[in-house]
Amino acid sequence: MHLVPTRAAATRLGASCEPRGRERNWGGGARACCSLRLQFRGQLGARPLPPCKVYVRSPLAVRRLLRPGARGALLPGKGGCKAAGLPGALRGGQCPASYLVNACWHCRLSAMSQLELKRNKVLEARFVADEDVLKHISDNGGVKVRKDRAQLALNIKRFVKKLENISDDDEAQEILEEQNYVAVLGACAEDSLRNGSSAGGGEIYSFQTPKRSGKMAELASELAQTPGKNVTFESSQYPEKPASTPQSNKKYSASNKAQLKSKKNEFVSTTPYRLRKRLSAPSLRSDSESDYSASCSEEEEEEDKDHKETSDVILDQKTPSKTRAAPASKKTPAKKLKEEMTSNLVEEYFEAHSSSKVLTSDRTLQKLQKRKLDQQTLLVLLNKAPPAFTAELKELNQQHESLFSKWMLQLHLGFSIVLYGLGSKRDLLEKFRTSLLQDSVHLVVNGFFPSITVRSILNSITEEVLDHVGTFRSPLDQLDLIMKRFKEVWDQAKQSLYNWLWYETTTFSPYLEETSYENSLLVQQSGSLALSSLTHVLHSLTPNARGIFRLLAQYHLENKDNPSYPGLSFQDFYQRCREAFLVNSDLTLRAQLTEFRDHKLIRTKRGTDGVEYLLIPVDNGTLTDFLEKEDEDM
Amino acid sequence: MNEDRFPFQPLSSFLMKKTDYFSQGKNDSEDSGLRFASCQLLWKQINSETEKIQEELNKQLFDNLIRFLRQSHSEFQTKTTEWMCRMKSSEIPTAALVLGVNVTDHDVTFKSLSEVLQDNVTPYVVSLQAKECPGIKHLLQKLMGQLMDCYVDADSSEEEECVNISQKKIRCSMASLSKWYENVTKKTGSETPSKKRTSSSRHWQSPPVVVIFKDMEIISSQHIHEFPLVLIFGIATSPMIIHRLLPHSVSSLLCIELFQSLSCKEHLATVIDKLLLTTQFPFKLSEKVLQVLINIFLYHDFSVQNFIKGFQLSIVEHFYSQPLSVLCCQLLEAKKRVTSLSHNQCENIRSLPSFRRYVESQVSEKQIALLTEDSFLKEVTQTLLEDLHIYHENYFTVLRCLHVFTTSLPKYPLGKQIRELHCACLGKSVWETEEYESAIQLLRMLAKDELVAILQKCAEIFISPSGKQFSNTVEKLEEFLARFQNLEEANEVQDVSVSSQKELQKKTDLYHLQKTLLALKESKRSKKLTKFEMLRFEVVDFIDSLVRSYLAPAEMQTLNEVVYFNTANTLREHLNAAPRIALHTALNNPYCYLKNQTLKSDVGCISNTAPDICIVYKLHLECGRLINLVDWLEAFSTVVTAVEGTDPEAVATDQVDEIIHARFIRAVSELELLGFIKPSKQKTDHVARLTWGGC
Repeated sequence: MHLVPTRAAATRLGASCEPRGRERNWGGGARACCSLRLQFRGQLGARPLPPCKVYVRSPLAVRRLLRPGARGALLPGKGGCKAAGLPGALRGGQCPASYLVNACWHCRLSAMSQLELKRNKVLEARFVADEDVLKHISDNGGVKVRKDRAQLALNIKRFVKKLENISDDDEAQEILEEQNYVAVLGACAEDSLRNGSSAGGGEIYSFQTPKRSGKMAELASELAQTPGKNVTFESSQYPEKPASTPQSNKKYSASNKAQLKSKKNEFVSTTPYRLRKRLSAPSLRSDSESDYSASCSEEEEEEDKDHKETSDVILDQKTPSKTRAAPASKKTPAKKLKEEMTSNLVEEYFEAHSSSKVLTSDRTLQKLQKRKLDQQTLLVLLNKAPPAFTAELKELNQQHESLFSKWMLQLHLGFSIVLYGLGSKRDLLEKFRTSLLQDSVHLVVNGFFPSITVRSILNSITEEVLDHVGTFRSPLDQLDLIMKRFKEVWDQAKQSLYNWLWYETTTFSPYLEETSYENSLLVQQSGSLALSSLTHVLHSLTPNARGIFRLLAQYHLENKDNPSYPGLSFQDFYQRCREAFLVNSDLTLRAQLTEFRDHKLIRTKRGTDGVEYLLIPVDNGTLTDFLEKEDEDM
Repeated sequence: MNEDRFPFQPLSSFLMKKTDYFSQGKNDSEDSGLRFASCQLLWKQINSETEKIQEELNKQLFDNLIRFLRQSHSEFQTKTTEWMCRMKSSEIPTAALVLGVNVTDHDVTFKSLSEVLQDNVTPYVVSLQAKECPGIKHLLQKLMGQLMDCYVDADSSEEEECVNISQKKIRCSMASLSKWYENVTKKTGSETPSKKRTSSSRHWQSPPVVVIFKDMEIISSQHIHEFPLVLIFGIATSPMIIHRLLPHSVSSLLCIELFQSLSCKEHLATVIDKLLLTTQFPFKLSEKVLQVLINIFLYHDFSVQNFIKGFQLSIVEHFYSQPLSVLCCQLLEAKKRVTSLSHNQCENIRSLPSFRRYVESQVSEKQIALLTEDSFLKEVTQTLLEDLHIYHENYFTVLRCLHVFTTSLPKYPLGKQIRELHCACLGKSVWETEEYESAIQLLRMLAKDELVAILQKCAEIFISPSGKQFSNTVEKLEEFLARFQNLEEANEVQDVSVSSQKELQKKTDLYHLQKTLLALKESKRSKKLTKFEMLRFEVVDFIDSLVRSYLAPAEMQTLNEVVYFNTANTLREHLNAAPRIALHTALNNPYCYLKNQTLKSDVGCISNTAPDICIVYKLHLECGRLINLVDWLEAFSTVVTAVEGTDPEAVATDQVDEIIHARFIRAVSELELLGFIKPSKQKTDHVARLTWGGC
């Protein structure tokens, strides 16, 4: 194990010193806050692993981190380790928020260093300018503890200024507290048993870089070209993520070679997965990102040579690595972009959401010439599809089922149970119900049913369970009655509290029953439904009425390319109908329109000028189909 | 299926006993019945203890409130100073109860408050909640209803009549209310207590409530002569809120008096002190579990109730999962139970890590005996349990003593609250931590007055009944105190000698002066310790030795697993779950759940054999705000067909397999159900993303 000063720091300084000396300097340097970045490098087997760093600020924190195991390693005697200092210019009053940083290092270095020793890895500590740390933090919303998010949305400069006023001790205290929180409650990083709750908030609550159009197709082809194998999803957040594909392995080995040549070049860092897992989860992604940025800024000059080598390797490869190569080949623009992103972090979101321009292709399902599927055919088709991972799903379900008696016990003790996780829990609950709840009064409420209300639930309790006849003035009265009736069964104190207990039951079962009620199930089926109902309704009408609707439909289709088409005003429509000898008074037309409206064939809307406009709430394709069919019939 | 709810009537009302569920889960259902019984017993005890604590804490507040209520309508009662009464009566006496932000706890407080009021002041207590009264009509209805009910309770003979009234009265008004009140008082004549209280209403800061109260108060102020009304507001934030929510015209009608309840932090401190830092209950929480509970309290809800619920959960979990928890009861009982342990349970003891450590530290003959003979093991277990008990007794006393010391330090290196200190000591050897070192450093700099005061407090702690074994310590402390006393006298003497020295110096010549100055300098450098400093060192060292011998971490104690609940993970998972993270993980890394090798992938990658929904999710992450369904479908089918090994050329010709199409529809509607996308009207065949970011 040894400590290597980063080249950038070394060149800027021209000198390096051991950390104890640094401490003294820090002491003199007012509120200067330096960030010590500890980087773990190494490989587990043949698999290069994602980099992981710990950001530490204030010498005190460094000392605390390095306490039992690792401190010895920092002394120059052992393995010639050194830590580079930081020039005063870089400190220049820039002080990254302490509690921004702390989320990154809630791990204990002592533990890490043990691991480190076990695997014989290289420990690298390097000092990074505060700007870099700040950038790293602000680049990636997820690094911070959620609490700080709102603050960051404000001007970062003001933020920094404010922090300067806080004394070091307070910061340290705060770090400690936050660390405490993260360690105990947050992230569940350490050893959440079988489930993967280890993903920290950072991955979920992060900002997104703007997407290019056609990205999805690219990704898909990437996936498709390596059938049956793992494929790296190269999203733009992972510019330099070490990947598991053979290609990327090659690439990195190439760059490693380059590293050996120039000896100083080290921008790829890897760490054992388990180790990384032990570290703060939120910092994961951001690490790789900022690593990238750091390498950009630090290695610009000497990078060219290496870069050529790398890109040579890349040229040999096929399309999949194109995206990966892209950030590497245009370094300076990327850096600029990074700086822009720092300032535009928040605006970006609003920009993306305010612009009416949407960068997607204009293709529609209509052009696909697909037969539209209704619910039945959908089910039939899905039954034909081969079920995947049956054994694993069964295993998962059995795990959950083993908890049944525990649930029962807890239900009896006055707790309520919440199940969460991906996948339908209906079957699981059904099984629980049939196996254990047979002997007790229970009510199944299907919350996914679109028309469910509190009242209907309460009604079913009073009417069907308690055999109560009659209505109630308000749900609250009803509740009172229910409580009274259940008093013999329930403990008074317990019924007021829910006492939720959370159980993770990720089942991966398809939400078949649940989604069948979402009638918004995309255009595929709603189209066919609409068409059949359209013809059905209109066939029961008089020829005149059909004519009226045709007229409206034709006008509607004529204007389909007009985005500001408000609909046909009633007066115009009446005029047209009269001309076609379909109606003789506006009363008859109104009566007809009422009938249409009842069947949801048309919709009326009042325009800004108070005129009534008529619209057909059916999509144009269906309408065209309908008109064609009508023409055939006539 | 087109019904959204199904009630199920059991064929028989026979309920399975809880014990059965308790035993069913575990394969080795060792002593499950006994375990469950002791679990229930323990919880009962703890629950009653918490209630007692709550009662005690609220006592003062309630006493004040009751006094206020009695006073407020004394004019009405006596009718002596009619003029004064008239002046005052236009105002409604109001008590504003500032309760703090732990809203979840308030239910209990209010319930006990109305009980107390009903017992002590008046039968007519109405308790209203903001959520129960969406409008003025509801409020009055509720008010009437509760009043009538109260009346029914008070006078059961007239029950029927009253029920009729309340059912008929759909339209209630303030007038009818006062009429009813007259009725009641007339009926009961002079017998009813002449002080009548009503309406203890509570409201949280929700704007609709304001309207209700505004109306009510305007109306009621006219009736105040006939109808003695007292309002009690529950306030979560600050009393200023009354003035902000109610217009001046209303608040001027209120005669508000403030009452401050105990803060939830103090409440928690008492609860911890009474429940955890005592040997009264055998069950203990380990450091991590306690941390989880405290953090939920501090960072999430400030609810003592929830803290206690979490505590209950840990009790249940402990007794459920640890077969040896059967020994987690009072010492005498536990000793009895040890003798009747089965062989399996003995094996369980042998497999405890702490017991193994203990065995390893023994001589080899004893080791063999411990591992082979059950009877010997039981004997040893009894003594070990006793040791554990003694350890706890000592631990808590010394902990309190150390706490007295550390709270006097600047910046509280070991925490201000005793719970922080407790956590620090539970987890690891506290004397090895840096915080402890700095605390000791600071202790060595204490002024004498402080030190003496602290020592006196410590002596009190040690003398108190729990610290019987500490007679030596008490002696020692008293000796220290005596020596400090002596020092004081000695100091004065020293001062005199110093001043005389100074006088001497004046008279010497230059040479001598130089010499003495040099000597002084010399002595300054070596800086001999004064007597006081020496004594101070001695005291600190003594405390240090106490800490080292008694505050050893619980994990090091043999058989600690019996009484300590330490699976903090379970607790955290159940109380502070992260459903969004679970969802995210399942979608991004299905391998976490489906342990299939083909799914194994690195972070940020996903196998293309993953479940459909994962692939669809991953693809949708690549898109911006809107997603073109056709592109999405095509991308999906590209991936899926590649897996199945069909000719990729078929994809290009827009011929998407129907089955794949169906699978796509299912996956997309699942994402819609989960709330990741929603249909969009903005562009044909597009859906809108509802999340921003992701990876």
